[in-house]
Amino acid sequence: MNRYIPLTQEDQKYMLEKIGVKSIDDLFSDIPENIRFNRKLDINQSYSEMEVRKIMKKLSDRNDNLDDYASFLGAGSYDHYIPSVVRHIASRSEFYTSYTPYQPEVSQGTLQYIFEFQSMMGELTGMDVINASMYDGATATAEAAIMAIRVNNRSKVAVSSTIHPETLKVLETYCHFREIELIRIPETDGKTDLEGLKLIDSDTSAVIIQNPNFYGIVENVAQIEKATHDNKSLLIMSVDPISLGIIKSPGEYGADIVVGEGQSLGIPQNFGGPYLGFIGATEKLMRKMPGRICGLTNDVDGKQGFVLTLQAREQHIRREKATSNICSNQSLCALMAVVYLSVMGREGITDVAKQCISKANYAMEKLLETQKFKRIYSGPIFKEFVLETTLDADKIEKALFDEKIIGPLDLSRFNKNKKNQLLFTVTEKRTKEEIDKMIDIIKGVQ
Amino acid sequence: MKILEGLYYAKSHEWLRIEDGEAFVGISDFAQHELGDIVFVDLPSVGDEFDAQDSFGAVESVKAASDIYMPVSGVILAVNEMLEESPELINEDAYENWIIKIKITDETDIEVLMNSVQYEEHIQEEE
Amino acid sequence: MKNYDKLIIDLSKKGRKAYALPDNDVDSKPLDDYLPKELQRVTEPYLPEVYEVDVIRHYTNLSNKNYGVDTGFYPLGSCTMKYNPKINEDMASLDGFTKLHPYQNENTVQGSLALLYDLGQKLSEITGMDGFSLQPAAGAQGELTGLMIIKKYHEDRNDTKRRKIIVPDSSHGTNPATVTAVGYDIIEIKSDKNGGVDMEALKAVLNDETAGLMLTNPSTLGLFERNIAEISRLVHEAGGLVYYDGANLNAIMGIARPGDMGFDIVHLNLHKTFTTPHGGGGPGAGPVGVRADLVDYLPYPTVEKKEDSYYLDHNRPKSIGRIMGFYGQFGVLVRAYTYILTMGAEGLKRVSEAAVLNANYLQSQLKEHFKLPIDSICKHEFVLSGTDGLSQYRTLDMAKRMLDYGIHPPTIYFPLIIDEAMMIEPTETETLETLDRFIEIMIKIKKEGEENPELLHNAPITTVVRRLDEVKAARKPVVKWSR
Repeated sequence: MNRYIPLTQEDQKYMLEKIGVKSIDDLFSDIPENIRFNRKLDINQSYSEMEVRKIMKKLSDRNDNLDDYASFLGAGSYDHYIPSVVRHIASRSEFYTSYTPYQPEVSQGTLQYIFEFQSMMGELTGMDVINASMYDGATATAEAAIMAIRVNNRSKVAVSSTIHPETLKVLETYCHFREIELIRIPETDGKTDLEGLKLIDSDTSAVIIQNPNFYGIVENVAQIEKATHDNKSLLIMSVDPISLGIIKSPGEYGADIVVGEGQSLGIPQNFGGPYLGFIGATEKLMRKMPGRICGLTNDVDGKQGFVLTLQAREQHIRREKATSNICSNQSLCALMAVVYLSVMGREGITDVAKQCISKANYAMEKLLETQKFKRIYSGPIFKEFVLETTLDADKIEKALFDEKIIGPLDLSRFNKNKKNQLLFTVTEKRTKEEIDKMIDIIKGVQ
Repeated sequence: MKILEGLYYAKSHEWLRIEDGEAFVGISDFAQHELGDIVFVDLPSVGDEFDAQDSFGAVESVKAASDIYMPVSGVILAVNEMLEESPELINEDAYENWIIKIKITDETDIEVLMNSVQYEEHIQEEE
Repeated sequence: MKNYDKLIIDLSKKGRKAYALPDNDVDSKPLDDYLPKELQRVTEPYLPEVYEVDVIRHYTNLSNKNYGVDTGFYPLGSCTMKYNPKINEDMASLDGFTKLHPYQNENTVQGSLALLYDLGQKLSEITGMDGFSLQPAAGAQGELTGLMIIKKYHEDRNDTKRRKIIVPDSSHGTNPATVTAVGYDIIEIKSDKNGGVDMEALKAVLNDETAGLMLTNPSTLGLFERNIAEISRLVHEAGGLVYYDGANLNAIMGIARPGDMGFDIVHLNLHKTFTTPHGGGGPGAGPVGVRADLVDYLPYPTVEKKEDSYYLDHNRPKSIGRIMGFYGQFGVLVRAYTYILTMGAEGLKRVSEAAVLNANYLQSQLKEHFKLPIDSICKHEFVLSGTDGLSQYRTLDMAKRMLDYGIHPPTIYFPLIIDEAMMIEPTETETLETLDRFIEIMIKIKKEGEENPELLHNAPITTVVRRLDEVKAARKPVVKWSR
């Protein structure tokens, strides 16, 4: 007997009789003999819950988790504080054991939090419509590129070299197979090269930028917006929602499509996933958007309720003409974000953003004071910054790790020419003590 | 099911009305009925040029989306902007509420279209 | 709290807050010194100002308006709504798994890498494939990955004329949508009278433009495709690849394997077969497995083993590329791995046996009362047609009435090839008593429909809201709250 399968011998006998067959094997008689699997799967035996727990605990103990470390590593996955409330709500099984809300009468819980997610993200980004979420920030960016092509029927998409290098890779993959030409706008001084925007032409559907960009620098969006719209291309902005507590929103800049990674909003770092992609747009482009959208309506008695709407865009209706093949969302992660944003509220999101910018600037100044670093890119930063060091990056990493600190990202991971350029991330969770300690350790590195 | 005389019909259920040298295109009463409550009409842009049988837009209900095709080759002169706000007008009167006004670029395309009698037969066959 | 109808923003009151941050202890300057005014936001976001109890009560109330597998029977065909074991959740929330940065030094995440590596091995064995990528975030992204592999495979052979993907007309809408996503064209072929692939129709469309065929087996009708070996042979002979949509693997674990049927590429839905929760629409996971000569095409990075340690291999020149920002839905993979440990080889086989037994039992009892378009033994699910009731009520009305009886209705109006379809998948985690109660309710609703169809037309009446106006929602979409 297995604890998830309630079938008793007696049940089985009774059911087989009712079906009119002799054995369970008879129920598989439609599988031709030559493709039957006639041995036992070579995987593992069945383990009791106690044994499973031991095996899993042992595996997890082979990881060094961030609870025991102060992390200065970011680059798309961030160590922001997650209030206890978030996990408690997300652990309610009425939420996590439900399916996509296709029967709205018994899914109002899911539908309403999606509506609230769309509302809160709409407020933060300044966009008219945000969908129910996408797989992650990188795939949301790729979907935005495809969406832009659908809007204006142009053939190319331009992307700034200052976006996250792995987002760029995902974009390349999607565009290659979709047969969309991708143009790279070069970077200069760690920012999108404004001269490079001349590469866009009448075939360019959209320009994709990230703000703050991969190097943590706040881009000159106003000028990029102008060049983009002068060319009648769409502006796609990838943003970190936490930064929008203080940084000018895509809506305020006049962006057409916004995307981003919402992991910062109460979602554990989880070794890279599940995370929370989001995509939004102006009202004009709403019906060209991929993915689910929840809308407000009323029932036959006039009572307020929510449904999935604009479904004629989606694969289950439009099939090969659908706006995307996506047929899920990161619903549970959207729930975490919605609870996080409810907890933080209007003031909290600003406070977090302010602590990030102030602590990051403090750390940067102190690091520069050691004389072992120099800034190679100018411009205002938010919670991340790049410094070039005269020290050995590997040695820094090791020295910090030995003292329970996860050090910055070595940019040579993505670009061999960026040797000894380090991307530091400082969130509101880092204390003065931790920052000072990190600097002291680095000072000792030979 | 209303089928208006004096219009040309395409197999894909669009109608074409030519009056005073102007040509209008819409969908038939049969088509609107099949779709149910229309919630959105995806309109082309003025100046767009299409060949006969090209898809120039779509009509959507809650559970279905249907492309609409040019009955003849032509250039879009105007779109019925009232449909942007009130797509249900097509449900109310599919013939009164045209979708696009066009300039026909190939008059010979008209020859293959059906008249109202032929269209009625066509519907019966489909059913 | 059935009548609770507030949005969180409705609870907002200036001056309340639900968070507390430690004081900023670094020497701090005014914001303008860090960020020029013109780069700062002007409009304040309209977000709630509430205290912690508000947040907890609000979302607890919302959760009460939801129906989940933990609430009751959920026979949603093609979705495999089985029980989500609680140990999976506990293991996925171990700090040693959740509090890891994806770019941490590989030496510090050996446990995660070992888990991923071993999960890939196990899935390979279960499906009869030679290598897996665990990255695809969902079934749909698994399909996308699979078709990218097909395209890259043909590109590398300079066989670029192949641009057509064949799918049966019973396929899920994702299949054709994915075909478009890789720039290919779709050819839909009719099913034969038994709901299988029509062999003549298949032969007629196979040629030197065929890039591949996408198939799920058992099919969306819950029937095993008996000709599968022949189908694979024909597609291969024409130069195409055969793709397995793993939506229905729950029927055949330990009994038959896609790899042995001739499939070249498979995707699995861990949120179906491997008990990771559906989460109200996600996150799921859709790992992709391939036969040996396609392993090099898998998305990078892959997890590899060298002596006793594991590493991420980013250097894979033939790979289709990167498909996710990091490495996929790791937390979901931890749950699936936990489940496989719990079940073991024999447990997984027993899952499929019990799932198929439950489906056949339901089918045998319901076919006396409802039209069963294709009467044969089924696998994990079957499809009824509600056309008999059409003069009085539709399948939709039956489904809505079920809500009044406190059960979740089956999938309706899919597959498209069955009129008024009801697609029923009980799964293995339901008792005989639950199945019997479902049968009883189905029969009772049918009787109600014959005697008093209004009851069905007006249903549901006991839910927190009744039928919702979808037309209104789509005509004038309200997709966020207003100020």
